[in-house]
Parts: sequence; C-alpha cells; structure tokens
Amino acid sequence: MSEVTNNTAILKYTLRLADDSLILGHRLTEWTSHGPFLEEDIAMSNVALDYIGRARMYYGYAAELSGDGKTEDDFAFLRDEREFRNLLINELPRGDFAYSTVRQLFIDVFNSLYLPKLMQSNDETLAAIAAKGIKETRYHLRRSRDWTLRLGDGTAESHKRMQKAIDSLWGYTHELFELDELEQQLADQGVGVDSTALKAEWLATVESILSEATLTRPEDDWVVKGGRTGYHTENLGHLLTEMQFLHRSNPGCEW
Amino acid sequence: MTSAAWVERLHHRRQSVHQEIWDLLDEVKDPEIPVVSIWDLGILCDVTLESGQYLISITPTYSGCPAMDTIRADVSEALNKAGIQNVTVNMKLAPAWTTDSMSPLGRKQLLEYGIAPPENKVGGCALTPEQGIRCPRCGSEQTERISEFASTACKALFRCSNCLEPFDYFKQI
Ligand SMILES: [Zn+2]
Repeated sequence: MSEVTNNTAILKYTLRLADDSLILGHRLTEWTSHGPFLEEDIAMSNVALDYIGRARMYYGYAAELSGDGKTEDDFAFLRDEREFRNLLINELPRGDFAYSTVRQLFIDVFNSLYLPKLMQSNDETLAAIAAKGIKETRYHLRRSRDWTLRLGDGTAESHKRMQKAIDSLWGYTHELFELDELEQQLADQGVGVDSTALKAEWLATVESILSEATLTRPEDDWVVKGGRTGYHTENLGHLLTEMQFLHRSNPGCEW
Repeated sequence: MTSAAWVERLHHRRQSVHQEIWDLLDEVKDPEIPVVSIWDLGILCDVTLESGQYLISITPTYSGCPAMDTIRADVSEALNKAGIQNVTVNMKLAPAWTTDSMSPLGRKQLLEYGIAPPENKVGGCALTPEQGIRCPRCGSEQTERISEFASTACKALFRCSNCLEPFDYFKQI
C-alpha cells in the first residue's frame, strides 16, 4: 500500500476517534449547571473537558495529516451530520442522571481497555494521545463505577432508573466492538485497535459491576448500528445545530 | 520529595546551552495557580534553537486543560519582553505529563497557596484516596474526599474534619 492511501486511512480513523470524544464531551457539557448538586456538576464538567481536550488532540493530528490547511475547527464545526463518524451511543441525549451514568460506565470500561492497546500503536501521535487519555480514564471509571453501585443498590426509584437506562442503552453497545475494513486494515498494521478482541473482557467487567450493583445485564435481542458509516440517529443533527451555530454564523470568530 | 521524572528534567535543563531562556521562562506562572511557574509544575519541557528560531516545548497537564492557550501566549510575551522575537511554542504530547515531574519548590508553593500537593506513591498510578490527605491549612490528616474532581480536572476536593475547611488536592497522575 502506498504511503498516501495509508495516510488517508489513518486520517479517517483519527477523525472517528475525534468524533467519539467530541460528541460525548458535548453531551457531558449539557450537565453543566444542571448537575444534581454542585460537586457533581463540577465533576461532569471536568470529565467533559477531558473529552473535548482529547478531541482537540485528535482533530489537531487529523489537520496535520490532511495537509490541506484544514484546522481542528474545520473538522468540528464545518462538517455535516453525515460526515461525522462517531459511534451512536455517544450522541444519544443525556437523559436523566442514571442514563448519563450508565453511558459513562459503558464507555469508561471500553476506554480502559481500548486506550492501553492504542498506546501500543506504531503511530506515535495516536499512541501519545492514548497515553494521556488513559490516565484520565482511570479517574472517570472510578467515578462512574461508584455511582453505578450507589444508584443501583440505592433506593427503589434509583434502582429502577438505572435498570431502565441499562435496558435502553444495551443495544447500542454492540457497535463498540464492530470492525469494518478500514479499522481491520489499520489493526493488522499495528496502527489501530482490534476492538472485537476487547468484547469478552468488557462484558466480564460490566457484568461484574452490574451484578454488584444488583442490576441485570439485558439480553442481546436488539442491535443498532450506523455511526461509523455516517448513518446517525436524529439526535446528532440537533446536537450539531446547537454546537456549530456560533461558528457558522460568525465564521472565524475569536474571543 | 524527589522523583526520577523531576531529576531528569533538572538534569536536562542544566545541560542546556540556553540557560538565559530557561531563566526568563521562570517568570511564566500557571494562570490558574499564579504562584507556581510552568517550570516548577513540569509544563515547560524543552528549549531548543533551530535555524535562528527558539523552540519552546510545553505539555498539557490534562487533555482538556483550558490554560494552555494562555500559557502559550505568556511564554511568547515573556521572551518578547526581553527582546527575543524569534519564538515558536509547540505542544508536546509524549511523554504524558505526570505529577512526578513537579519540582520540590513547586510542591512547597502549592502547599503555601492552600493546595495539598500530590502524594507521591512512587511507581504507581494510585487514584485519590478517600481520606488522609494532609490539610494544607492545619496539617491534620483527619480529612475526607468530597469530590473526585474540583475546581479544575487536575484537582480533587477534600474537607478537613479538624479545621472544617474545604481544600483542593492536586491529584496524582
Ligand atoms: Zn485543616
């Protein structure tokens, strides 16, 4: 394979990782000033910042790879819905606190397995971003795990909401472990991560936390996919409308 | 308290032929903790000269650290003020920043500022304990963690059971 096509493949892969971080980070910012109490409000805003910072590093690298003068802002603010490649679970509305907690748990466990593999990438920049991210993910996971235990094994109401969130999100988790041709090729080259290989450990970890929290792992009876091919739920369009509005109506503005 | 990462940085600085630049940059403080310099916090990594251009490398503490743009501007300004115009500041991602690269002076300044410095569990990446971080105000170890994340991502929030004051703890990463 020529270096040019491989560069394009790495660029596409980097944008996927960037989109995952940005969209989830944006969803978390929606909790700012809406958290259940002050400390938790601040915690969620901090986790959001970690994700948006991670997205900036990925977009910055993507800009470098594209080599056509594009900036991180062009990727974040000037692409349309169908051009985003984030996994669907990241774009779902924040829901109630239980829903956001369960989503973070699923993603944090995933990242705690994914990033150590990406750290071994023979692409130095991706490896460096992963090395930075894993340190933060350890803190994120402890927080989402603690909340899962507290709410799952809490009151009847908190337990009910947690179980409902798990049941509504479960069908979106399968997509975390899909590998298309692009990612397979990059995994074979030692650049990307073979996420299919992470599924067993993810399941074991999540199941053990859920059972400790007296919650039940749902059946695998429904699956939703499409993020990596640009087929999104209706929610992404609404999110982008809000996120991109300022930049699009005031091109190039700085403050 | 000395750690390998700090000793290595100090050694690297002492070997550098650009002593005057490092010294000028000692004036640049962290915008959020204005008593500690970016050198003492471990954010300042390297000074090199390439084809007449000074290249200053800095590294973010956390991925989303909102202070990086300000620090970048402050670095240029500090050198410009001293008559050095040919400056480029670049962001270095690897190796990832660690609390181990803070200087002993930086830890002391944090403490005096009212922020408990990171407790060095050497070799580990121990997460923040639930209690026992020494209160920067009264020195008591009867303290408890209120939140894993405080005013910024790099800190956790504690409360002292002795003097009853809340305080920030600079988390170890
Ligand atoms: Zn005290």
